[in-house]
Amino acid sequence: MPVIELSQISKHYEMGQQLIKAVDNLDLTIDYNEYVVFIGSSGSGKSTLMNIIGCLDTPTSGRYVLAERDVSGMSENELADIRNQEIGFIFQSFNLLPRASALRNVMQPLIYRGLSLGERRDEAERVLARVGLADRGDHLPNQLSGGQRQRVAIARALVTNPSILLADEPTGNLDSQTSIEILALFDELHADGQTIIVVTHEPDVAQHGERVVRLKDGRVVEDRPNER
Amino acid sequence: MSANAPAHERRVRKQPNRVTLWFAAAEGARAAVVSIRAHGFRSFLTALGIVIGVASVIAMVSIIQGLSFTIGEQFQGLGSNSVTVQSYTSLEHALQGRRSRLTQDDFDLIRFRVDGLESITPIMYIANGQSAVRYGSQTTVSQVLGTTYAFQNVGQYFAAQGRFLSDSDNDTRRRVAVIGEKVRDELSLPRDPLGEFILINGEWLKIIGLLEPKGEIFGQSQDNRVMIPYSTMASLEGNQSEPDIQVQLTMRDLGDLENIRATITRLLRAAHNLGKKDEDDFRVQTAAQLQDTFQSILNTVTVVMAGIVSISLLVGGIGIMNIMLVSVTERTREIGICKAIGAKRHHILLQFLLEALVLCLLGGLVGLGIGYGIGALAAALIPNFPAAHTPWWAVALALGFSVVVGVVFGLLPAVKAANLDPITSLRYE
Repeated sequence: MPVIELSQISKHYEMGQQLIKAVDNLDLTIDYNEYVVFIGSSGSGKSTLMNIIGCLDTPTSGRYVLAERDVSGMSENELADIRNQEIGFIFQSFNLLPRASALRNVMQPLIYRGLSLGERRDEAERVLARVGLADRGDHLPNQLSGGQRQRVAIARALVTNPSILLADEPTGNLDSQTSIEILALFDELHADGQTIIVVTHEPDVAQHGERVVRLKDGRVVEDRPNER
Repeated sequence: MSANAPAHERRVRKQPNRVTLWFAAAEGARAAVVSIRAHGFRSFLTALGIVIGVASVIAMVSIIQGLSFTIGEQFQGLGSNSVTVQSYTSLEHALQGRRSRLTQDDFDLIRFRVDGLESITPIMYIANGQSAVRYGSQTTVSQVLGTTYAFQNVGQYFAAQGRFLSDSDNDTRRRVAVIGEKVRDELSLPRDPLGEFILINGEWLKIIGLLEPKGEIFGQSQDNRVMIPYSTMASLEGNQSEPDIQVQLTMRDLGDLENIRATITRLLRAAHNLGKKDEDDFRVQTAAQLQDTFQSILNTVTVVMAGIVSISLLVGGIGIMNIMLVSVTERTREIGICKAIGAKRHHILLQFLLEALVLCLLGGLVGLGIGYGIGALAAALIPNFPAAHTPWWAVALALGFSVVVGVVFGLLPAVKAANLDPITSLRYE
């Protein structure tokens, strides 16, 4: 059952006289519980594609169905709802709110859902425990190590029970040992049934996916199951 | 997290609803306080404009209102059915060296030809109103006025010791005087000054009464007064001179006021040979009118002060806007994060608006406290000044103004924040 259906998706920019085709007539389907890795060099269009899948950006043309909902023509506020309900973002630079504790960071997405403070706290504590940070809830981001920050970010992405976990170079700012731990956590989450999409240029990271999609010049040039 | 159930089945299905905004507002207010505290000194400087603005409004208003409150009380003591007739010299005439006067004849005219009077008395002030008064080796300067028995009623002056002036004092031009407490103290008269003699204008006068203390208006003592019989005063001034006098009267019925005023005006205009185009060279005023005049002066002062001070609030507001714009730029990335995890435009708008609002409101509250303190302190430090009085409307106005400043000047930065593009702001370094 597909969670993401991209058909004839294009994203074109005009830069002066030049038309840049960041994503060009791309078709792609991702099912629930898949672990997909987008790989490609810089300028291959993988970031643009991730922004479109993450509903941060809208395609110039084409149709995008996410969790049975056509999001192609949605307004900014509707897209905000979709991001809140369907997507959990994980960024290379963690992107935690600097003045909020780990727990508050994890609670943040639930504010936009109309959950009471108690409900928010319960959910956030549960998910923090899931990523192994039960005792770090009251620490500020700058009191945590890189790996711990990324775990908080993962908890924040998971707390809304999203359809897809969307990670952009999740180990880019981490040392190799911590990277292995984070990727192991991804494997666990995948085993639990979570759909995961990772964007990377590192072959080591790509190794963890079940399916590798290679992008070049805004097109899919390779789409193969990963032999692990 | 329960294992093995597909993600789309165990999703939190709670949809955004009406309480979302309320929770977002509560969270926004909390975040605002956190952010204001995080930049403690900067927040303080930012709100300083508001603090100063509100403090000056409150200090100013409380002092002026304290004054007006006291004046109101004092005028009530005057009696609202009393009317004063006095000469009035227009600026034009004053420049030409002409002085209008009310004379003994005018007084008689009013006394005999106006109906509905309860009591009427002439008042004659010595030369410039003030005169040296001597007792033994002590000399002081007091207000000396000549009047009659009826002034007791009209001016609400009563004797604490001895008696007030009587009609027979006036008829026989007795050399007697009723003095205020301040005069007694200044001249080091005995506590019971009755029977002592004081020297005014070369005439010895016997003290027959001590007035009840009246307190002060504008720091001017009402007890530094000497009252002597009207006819005695006239003879002190010299019987040939025709000094300017005042007429004070009370009405039997307050409803007669307009009638009495019209009659007096008609009589005096005729007596003074004023033509149709000439202005009145006298004024007929009631105590209530005098009070109104004072009040309206004070109100004007209040409004002008408030106007000047609101400029400082405006400047404070611009400071707030400036810092909020800086804050939005600084937190571009945070805004991007919040948008990525589902914040809508109004969530971001609300958060920044709340921050400006909390900042202004805190400034307003601090300013309120400081202004209240300054008002009370100033009133306490200036001698003989009435206590400061802070009316509730000034508090409401100052806080309301802070809120308005917060909303108005917070709006532009908040809109700017809400309109940021999530992708660009996430990339912002």
